[in-house]
Amino acid sequence: MQITLTLNDKKLTADVAPDTLLIDFVRSHGCLSVKRGCETSNCGLCTVFLDDKPVLSCSVLAARADGHKVTTLEGLQDEAAEFGAFIADQGAEQCGFCNPGFIMNALALFREKEYPTDEEIKEYLSGNLCRCSGYEGQLRGIRNFLAWKKAKKETAE
Amino acid sequence: MNTVNKPFRKKDAMQLVTGQPVYMDDLVPADCLIVKLLRSPHANAIVKSINTAVAKKVPGIEAIFTWEDVPQDARRYTQAGQTYPEASPYDRLLIDRHVRFVGDVVAIVAGKDDKCVDKALKMIKVEYEVLEPVLDYHTAKDNPILVHPEDNWESLCPVGGDNKRNLCAHDECGSGDIDAVLADCDVVIDHVYHTKACQQAMMETFRTYCSIDLYGRLNVLSSTQIVFHARRIIANALHIPKSMVRVTKPRIGGGFGAKQTAVCEVYPAFVTWKTRKPSKLIFTREESQIASTPRHEMEIHLRLGANKDGRIRGLDLYTLSNTGAYGEHGPTTVGLSGHKSIPLYSNAEAFRFTYDVVYTNHMSAGAYRGYGATQGLFAVESAVNELAAKLHMDPFKIREMNIVHEGDVMPAYYGAVNTSCTLDRCLAKVHEMINWNEKYPRRDMGNGKIRAVGMGMAMQGSGISGMDVGSATLKVNDEGFYTLLIGAADMGTGCDTTLAQIAAEVLECGLDNITVFGADTDTSPYDSGSYASSTTYITGKAVEKCALKLRSQICKLGAQLLDCSENDVEFDGKTVFTSADPSKSVSLGDIATASMFGHDIPLEVTETHMSPLSPPPYMVGAAEVEVDTETGEVKLLEFDACVDCGTPINPNLTRVQAEGGILQGIGMTLTENVTYDQRGWPMENSLMQYKIPTRVDVGKVRVEFENSYEPNGPFGAKSIGEVVINTPLPAISDAIYNAIGTRFYELPITPEKIAMAVAEKEGAV
Repeated sequence: MQITLTLNDKKLTADVAPDTLLIDFVRSHGCLSVKRGCETSNCGLCTVFLDDKPVLSCSVLAARADGHKVTTLEGLQDEAAEFGAFIADQGAEQCGFCNPGFIMNALALFREKEYPTDEEIKEYLSGNLCRCSGYEGQLRGIRNFLAWKKAKKETAE
Repeated sequence: MNTVNKPFRKKDAMQLVTGQPVYMDDLVPADCLIVKLLRSPHANAIVKSINTAVAKKVPGIEAIFTWEDVPQDARRYTQAGQTYPEASPYDRLLIDRHVRFVGDVVAIVAGKDDKCVDKALKMIKVEYEVLEPVLDYHTAKDNPILVHPEDNWESLCPVGGDNKRNLCAHDECGSGDIDAVLADCDVVIDHVYHTKACQQAMMETFRTYCSIDLYGRLNVLSSTQIVFHARRIIANALHIPKSMVRVTKPRIGGGFGAKQTAVCEVYPAFVTWKTRKPSKLIFTREESQIASTPRHEMEIHLRLGANKDGRIRGLDLYTLSNTGAYGEHGPTTVGLSGHKSIPLYSNAEAFRFTYDVVYTNHMSAGAYRGYGATQGLFAVESAVNELAAKLHMDPFKIREMNIVHEGDVMPAYYGAVNTSCTLDRCLAKVHEMINWNEKYPRRDMGNGKIRAVGMGMAMQGSGISGMDVGSATLKVNDEGFYTLLIGAADMGTGCDTTLAQIAAEVLECGLDNITVFGADTDTSPYDSGSYASSTTYITGKAVEKCALKLRSQICKLGAQLLDCSENDVEFDGKTVFTSADPSKSVSLGDIATASMFGHDIPLEVTETHMSPLSPPPYMVGAAEVEVDTETGEVKLLEFDACVDCGTPINPNLTRVQAEGGILQGIGMTLTENVTYDQRGWPMENSLMQYKIPTRVDVGKVRVEFENSYEPNGPFGAKSIGEVVINTPLPAISDAIYNAIGTRFYELPITPEKIAMAVAEKEGAV
């Protein structure tokens, strides 16, 4: 079947098998940041935006993206680098394999809520597993990023 | 110090956080063969017949291999990545007609895409002669059913193994008259402690890509911690010359010891070697759960004797370890259960340590962070906590009385001297961090919830003494930047960065002036690999030695350019100048240029390091839990820990190592279970059933450091990677005991167990 979608701001039309998963579709179109960590929708590694909402691309058919907008970390490089630097400053990226999914979901959180509390952060990101960091360094990085963002905004005002 | 002990960003950090394609499956051609494995549904069976004729006709199928393609009388091999002489028995064939666990390999299928391979897998007809399995490891030794009845089973080391007794290894050692000492003790704590075959559950599953290079050699790109061992293992499995194999690693998505065993490499290697076509194998999460290389399930019978004043006098430890169907790391992990737990109490008069490692029809166990010490420390530290409770002593006080100190001889640690140790300071620090005096032992919150605290200590090693070899090559390039080549594997831990920090410190340059490359068996200097907490201590020292030697080479060439003796010059990282007249100088850039033009003094050095010692890092951890006595739910409110890893080369990375290790320890204590049904099927085959902690499952984790200075390590460093997983097990268990008054000797301690224990205490059951 043929689908037409906008992937990272580029419109494209492609032939896909009806059972193609969105994760395999975006990976085969060069979006290699999207990772598979489980097959049971548990780990959050494959998080992408479907019309700006975070979804697990391992649990969405590519056909469902027909007529929609799909965004991966490849399409958010500036935001990823800006926020990711704070994770890097904690050494909390570690092996890095869970980072793209985690960072996608964190960016989604920041879009929904400008300054979330620790509890809101943990709750929102609870579906993003990380086996290396113990999560504490990620939390420190997020806090520092939010403080930096706030200070920057206040300076601008 | 300018670069060591500074929290630099990891060199690869920005590439990782922006999701760049750096892992195996991001780098390989999309049109390579897809390799998948047909796995046994039986725990113990012989393949009577296997028919692949129909499956081979599926369009797109390139090859199907079965036991008929693998000589059954050929020399066996082990998949464990270990130094010569390999302690793990040679008990595997690439495909064995005798399958020994649910998930053992029956056939290898290679085809052009997932779909055709999946289809072919379903069309292979196998007839099994199903045999009775050995599933209870208590009955494995001398069981008439043999997991390895074959005559070509081979043990390369005298580790006490005997395949005709289902015995992978056996040993006994001791010091002093333990029976007499225990008989003379006022109190003896005598229990059996049981820990499960927990999974490393790194986020990137096992995976390998293979191709044939222009010389006709097998090139293997694998997510591995052990490129050099993997080269040997693959050559052994395929029965091809080692010179025909090259192994490299890309960025690795976590390992924790799992990738110290060549779990998946041999299968695509076989496909590519036979077909001469590129191929890849990526384990599913299910395969990583059921056919991988988890922690050894152990049962530890400990007798710990003390006087009523709290002085610990003797430890008698017997470990029964379940290595599963194959012996990977079986003979070695078990040793740590005693040798890295008993020495915490080196002032005891006597110890005895005995063990059996047995084969069963479970999946093979392997290496997982902590490597046996985790299991042993759960037993020893739980027993010391129980001793304290029995004597109405504070658990911190009883440790202060008994712990090993710097300068002590450790009889159970091969008689080594404790060269650096701040365990006493770690105790004091954690006592203060958790506010022990306020919280110990329990506080009834009045709503069915009880808060309580518990603690535990840990040690590990820093590399394998007298065995592990680490090397480094450093060279000067154009304009004076350096390249550091290593054979150690950065699996997320950051060793590419920390090793470069050590080099930069010696060479007095910025960290950005050093590029790092690792690891490739063709170009990296030899390194045992990244395991056994060896990289910082062993490879780090090799880097330090190498950088020192390179400095002298730089001076030598600089002196030649300055027309003087190398004894008359100095190097400050930027220029070589004469001591007598510093204005007479030549820049590193010019020296680099000279090394490539008209001179023959090499600016490339390789150094190797081995250490006769394995200085233990130490750690103390304390947990505060809240137990809901109605539901049995445990909330970990706080975990406080203090680590002595010598000098932290990079404080950020050591901290995150500690935080990550603690979380894995918490999972092992509370949620991560591994069970088999009566047919030998593993039940926790996904991350749905195998519950690793999420970020809402734990409260605050806080880590502090009390640095000792290890004289044998690079800039005083010891190891950090493994010791950090050990303390949550005894600490949380003891906190739960302090909350409800029931002590658990088996992990994980699930809400069901707690609720049942509370009900039992209340007379409801």
